[in-house]
Amino acid sequence: MSLVAESVSAGYRGRRVLNGVSLTVAAGETVGLRGPSGSGKSTLVRVLALLHTPDAGHVSLDGVRIEGVRHRVPVSVRTRIAVLFQSPRAASDPRLTLADLIAEPLRAVRRPREGIAARVAELADRVGLTADLLTRRPHAVSDGQLQRACLARALAHRPAYLLCDEATTMLDASTQALVASVITAEQRETGLGVLVVSHDPALLSRWADRVVTVAPPRRSDISAPQPT
Amino acid sequence: MKNLLVIEGLGVRFRLRDATVHAVSDLDLTVRPGELLAVVGESGCGKSVLAHALLGLLPANALVTGRALLHPARPAAPGPSTQRRTLPRWSSVLPRPAGDRAESRRGSSGWSSRLSRRLRDSAEHQPEGTGAGGGGVGSGGAVDLLACGEKVLARSVRGRRIGLIPQSPATALTVVRTGRRLLAETLTAHGRDPGLAAQVAIEAGLDPADLERYPFELSGGMAQRLATALALATDPPLLIADEPTSGLDRPLVDHTLDLLRRRCDAGAAVLLITHDLAAAERVADTVAVMYASRIVEHRPAADLFRSPAHPYTQALLNALPDRDFTPLPGHPPMLTALPPGCAFAARCPRVSETCATRPSGPVACHHPLVEVPA
Repeated sequence: MSLVAESVSAGYRGRRVLNGVSLTVAAGETVGLRGPSGSGKSTLVRVLALLHTPDAGHVSLDGVRIEGVRHRVPVSVRTRIAVLFQSPRAASDPRLTLADLIAEPLRAVRRPREGIAARVAELADRVGLTADLLTRRPHAVSDGQLQRACLARALAHRPAYLLCDEATTMLDASTQALVASVITAEQRETGLGVLVVSHDPALLSRWADRVVTVAPPRRSDISAPQPT
Repeated sequence: MKNLLVIEGLGVRFRLRDATVHAVSDLDLTVRPGELLAVVGESGCGKSVLAHALLGLLPANALVTGRALLHPARPAAPGPSTQRRTLPRWSSVLPRPAGDRAESRRGSSGWSSRLSRRLRDSAEHQPEGTGAGGGGVGSGGAVDLLACGEKVLARSVRGRRIGLIPQSPATALTVVRTGRRLLAETLTAHGRDPGLAAQVAIEAGLDPADLERYPFELSGGMAQRLATALALATDPPLLIADEPTSGLDRPLVDHTLDLLRRRCDAGAAVLLITHDLAAAERVADTVAVMYASRIVEHRPAADLFRSPAHPYTQALLNALPDRDFTPLPGHPPMLTALPPGCAFAARCPRVSETCATRPSGPVACHHPLVEVPA
């Protein structure tokens, strides 16, 4: 049971960012990912979440090779891999209330509608969002509150893997600790596999079971991750 | 040394349809030249609103009370920076920067123009004092930032006397101009050589080659450094840095912090607004901890980090990954319904009956962990 990137090479318009990178996130473990600015950490997250098609290599989910077909990804895959981005503001629709934001992935799939409100309430409670915040829209809440809503949204389908791309960088110490504790609790409950991308060595050494470093792309020899 | 900025009883409220948000309440702060004051706190505690209030960048439904006197910077500090600060008179006859014209076409109200105003104003060039005839001008050339009005703020404060490193540079940069053009515009408007653009960029940690790019071609961290370069280009005596390190990796965070520290050591004052306690610990002289719209502890940085006095400060420090890594219990109170007494009482382990009355002093707590003389 694992989410694996196998010899992935990826880039943007001919600019190669990742060169034959392999990474495994097993169920129930927390993997830290670090590396300098521009080393392709976010690109690797996007490849793992099937948001970016690699030039070479592939991604497999629990042993099955997965890929998006023209940006379309099967619901069975999409609901199993969740992403928490650095900027909650860039990742949320400004027209939706926080409650609708959290409910969005639940409504996006063809499944029974009943129970969504209860699930939203449960998720909001889990991330510590009070009822009065749920009726507000993103512009009326702080980054920390919005990121907690995004975390609730990411957990809505009980994913098997959660990719956190600098998800706590913009948060204060208390909210960061809260986000980490919510994810750790979910992990204990469901065996969630977590990838934590961060620049903060203190955070990684505290949170991750193991830390992988991505080498900067300019060094032409290798950019494969080396376990530390 | 004389104070540069004196904030007295600052209050900011936002009227919503069905409630009033108390974003900043009864806030007193002073900043001296050469001081780096860090304002820290949880997200949503009112830190950024404080910065925006000082620069008159709040939305129209904000109600601001109190005073914020900005005193003239003393021209005593030696070095090239002082020469730059006193502008030649002819700078007022320079043509208005192109950015100005482009912005004014978009209209003068609304969210987008307010954001872009940050940049436009950093390129304003009217000499100090002109237009400063309103009720906001106090004795000795001091300006009350809260009362002087938009005209004075735009012409003689923003960019000139107070530089702002904005929180989200992606939304504050004019997207249709390259970094070099933005920097050159600002430098020209302040009577400096636009050829210094590369040098200013390097100082902010930006590769001069990246100046040829447009803001949308920059990564978040590069845009942040460009915004920093723009704020530093005018060499203002007071810098307000609103989360200047968000989106930067550790070496660049340290670079930016050291840059702010050097500005302080050269005589400027810096108001660093941050959620990053490690950053505050690294560079700040004094730290003000903000909780639920109020400052709960304001002390020298070394003392505060060694032995926090307010239970909230201690809890916040304990949330750090290299300490306990535990979040604070409960939630901060809603800013629409602040309790009459201590706002932290509901989450505080040391709470007692006296906490129903509001504490005051440098440590706003009835039961501080250490006694701090007023």
